[in-house]
Amino acid sequence: MYGKGMLKGLGVTLVRFWNTYWDDAVWMWRRVTTGDKRYHSKEGIAHRSSKNARGIFTVQYPEEKLPVPEEFRYLPFLVYDEGADGKREILCTSCGICAKVCPPQCIWIVRTNDPLTGRPVPQPAEFYIDGDICMSCGYCAEYCPFDAIKMDHDYELAAYTRNIYDLEKLLKSSTYYASIRPANAAREEEARKAKEAAKSARSATHAAAA
Amino acid sequence: MTTPASTPTLRPAQGDASDLAARFPGVVSPDTRPGFSGFTIPADKLVEVATIIRDELGYDLLSSVTGVDYLPENKMEVVYHAYKTTGGPALVFKVQVPRDNPVVASMTPIWKGAEFQEREAWDLLGIKFTGHPDLRRILMWEGFEGHPLRKDWKEAFYEEDAKPFKSRWPDGKHVLAEARNPFSDNLRFPSGFDPEKMTFADPEEALYRSLKKYTFEDADGIQADHIIVNLGPQHPSTHGVFRSAVILDGETVVSLKPVMGYLHRNHDKIGERNTFLQIIPYTDRLDYFCSMTNNHGYVLAVEKLMGIQVAERAEYIRVIMDEITRIQNHLIFFGMLLNDLGAMYTPALYAFEERELILDIFEAAAGSRMMCNYYRFGGVVRDVPAEALQKLRDLVFDRLPGKIDEMERLLTENDVLVSRLKGVGYLSAEDAINTSMTGPMLRASGVPYDIRRADPYSIYDRFDFKVACRPDGDLYARYMVRVDEVRESIKILQQALKQIPEGPTMSVKPQYQVRVPAGEAYGRIESPKGELGYYVISNGKPNPWRYHIRASSFINLTALEMMCKGEKIADFVAILGAIDIVLGELDR
Repeated sequence: MYGKGMLKGLGVTLVRFWNTYWDDAVWMWRRVTTGDKRYHSKEGIAHRSSKNARGIFTVQYPEEKLPVPEEFRYLPFLVYDEGADGKREILCTSCGICAKVCPPQCIWIVRTNDPLTGRPVPQPAEFYIDGDICMSCGYCAEYCPFDAIKMDHDYELAAYTRNIYDLEKLLKSSTYYASIRPANAAREEEARKAKEAAKSARSATHAAAA
Repeated sequence: MTTPASTPTLRPAQGDASDLAARFPGVVSPDTRPGFSGFTIPADKLVEVATIIRDELGYDLLSSVTGVDYLPENKMEVVYHAYKTTGGPALVFKVQVPRDNPVVASMTPIWKGAEFQEREAWDLLGIKFTGHPDLRRILMWEGFEGHPLRKDWKEAFYEEDAKPFKSRWPDGKHVLAEARNPFSDNLRFPSGFDPEKMTFADPEEALYRSLKKYTFEDADGIQADHIIVNLGPQHPSTHGVFRSAVILDGETVVSLKPVMGYLHRNHDKIGERNTFLQIIPYTDRLDYFCSMTNNHGYVLAVEKLMGIQVAERAEYIRVIMDEITRIQNHLIFFGMLLNDLGAMYTPALYAFEERELILDIFEAAAGSRMMCNYYRFGGVVRDVPAEALQKLRDLVFDRLPGKIDEMERLLTENDVLVSRLKGVGYLSAEDAINTSMTGPMLRASGVPYDIRRADPYSIYDRFDFKVACRPDGDLYARYMVRVDEVRESIKILQQALKQIPEGPTMSVKPQYQVRVPAGEAYGRIESPKGELGYYVISNGKPNPWRYHIRASSFINLTALEMMCKGEKIADFVAILGAIDIVLGELDR
């Protein structure tokens, strides 16, 4: 029969249409019983990006925002540790690996030289990232041997001018880093502790041997 | 699913590659450079040998044609990769010609699939192909000076031959690229070309001349002409900036020429400036729906060169990511095809829902929804987080099979869809092979050729799946092949998710500078759109000497004119939609 296929298809859209309103009714009931809201709430957004999602699928950005996963990457930043007296201890040693591995070559680093000896000091004098050229590939964070450069989670970066980030704009605290990437930060902290323990054990055996 | 019991072997395969040198003693010689393979053929014997390769050895599918500029040796080389549609490894043959006058016989009379690739080699490398029916520039425009892939050609913002650029460290004073090198200083035109006087007539004339003669004499002796219609570059059906110049007789397509290159950025040259590792994120930008499979093809080629094994768990992750990419690509295909047919948005948005959920998994694993940059030489960058893997299981076991059924209920039997697709855009199996069609396009013409089976890579030989194949060769077959493929992909995913072992995801220590021994490698995979091949030549330096992509979107357009001839202009949109092109890959 001509038109059977069309009716079948229309059936699909009808079911979808019905589900949307049925779901709203179900959520209204849940709101009364458990207090869960369908819109503008964490559980509502989680439901809309789960395997049970049906009906309304969209997220009302910017009022609602999808949570970003830990590995989400968007433009790098430099990590500093808070020192005892509020001093910022920059982890970067200006070794230049990030600038060398960067595919669009958007990282510029000026190495600090000791004014007396002229020898390089492990600290960047200047650090630029051209945010308009950066492709957010994450290589700098991946290959940094000092865990000094990491990828950020902040994706709302619209600007009227070129996004050129200098050292001041790039520096963010290790507390912030641990807050956006808790699992990674914990793993790196553990590795650092293990390394230090191994180092002190080695020096202890050296001392014992001496 | 209809997998024909007997493969429609168009030309019986009687010999293999090893016969070639014996058959032409003193003419065909094996390529003996370390790391290289295949045969070298003198330029004057090329057509003769190639005919034998196709007709008697049975290599009926010419996969890739590309040029290489050997500046130090003052030579140009054209490299051909031919395959059998019954499966097996490639027959690689090469022709070397002097660099100052590179002339090679065209392969178009033997394999029509060489047409666009030879035009590309002419455009980018300046190799002339005698006997080519329409040797014009294809990616660059007519007022372009030089051949940009030649090693001595420098781009507008040229800094150095290879990255990393020395100005970045240790005294990296930031300067804007455009401040250092204003664009106007770099603009060059061919001699005799004045942009002020340009009326755009000449390049257009060349294009229209290449179309079928459009003035004719009708029965009464009156001079008449057909209508030329330009579809695109700005047209919603072209999925981006793609243009077709069409000659119409009434509503019927008489002749058609695709015009491309509006999104061209010379990906090959960018790749040659990059280090091997730096290329991976650029491959994401080719077919931006399928960055995972793009990564896979490239790392496969470099892993071949480096001779490294891939970690076991990473192989499974790769297969999982490739197949889930295929599912989301085909879902988008259904949506976009229906958009092209006029069923605006309902199917597209239904498809986007599932794609959203799949992209969530990419984001959790790779860190980005579309530009994944996930594969590395020897594995993948990091393991898939446990919760993402669970989400993937939920999708693959609980949600997607039902959603495909729903998509089919919505579309497959829809009378309007069937009448728009059935019997339209016919392409015979012979023509499909001859024009180097690959992927769903080839399988919809009844040739069960799937690289996952024909020349297995990664660990595809461990999974039980059927090669989706439909014999009809029309648009409906192309639609159905993709439906079947989604179901088969779900089957592969279910097996892979059950079997995935624990273990490391990298077989080698991650390094920012990889050492790639000198040699050549051709890595090819069955991407959702067809065969995606990467031809990489290393000379032992940190940057590849040659990096070429065999893009399926690009080569699948060879048969566009063939499929559209005699159809109505409205069907052009559907035929183009069924090829499933992505401009990022097409224009590179």
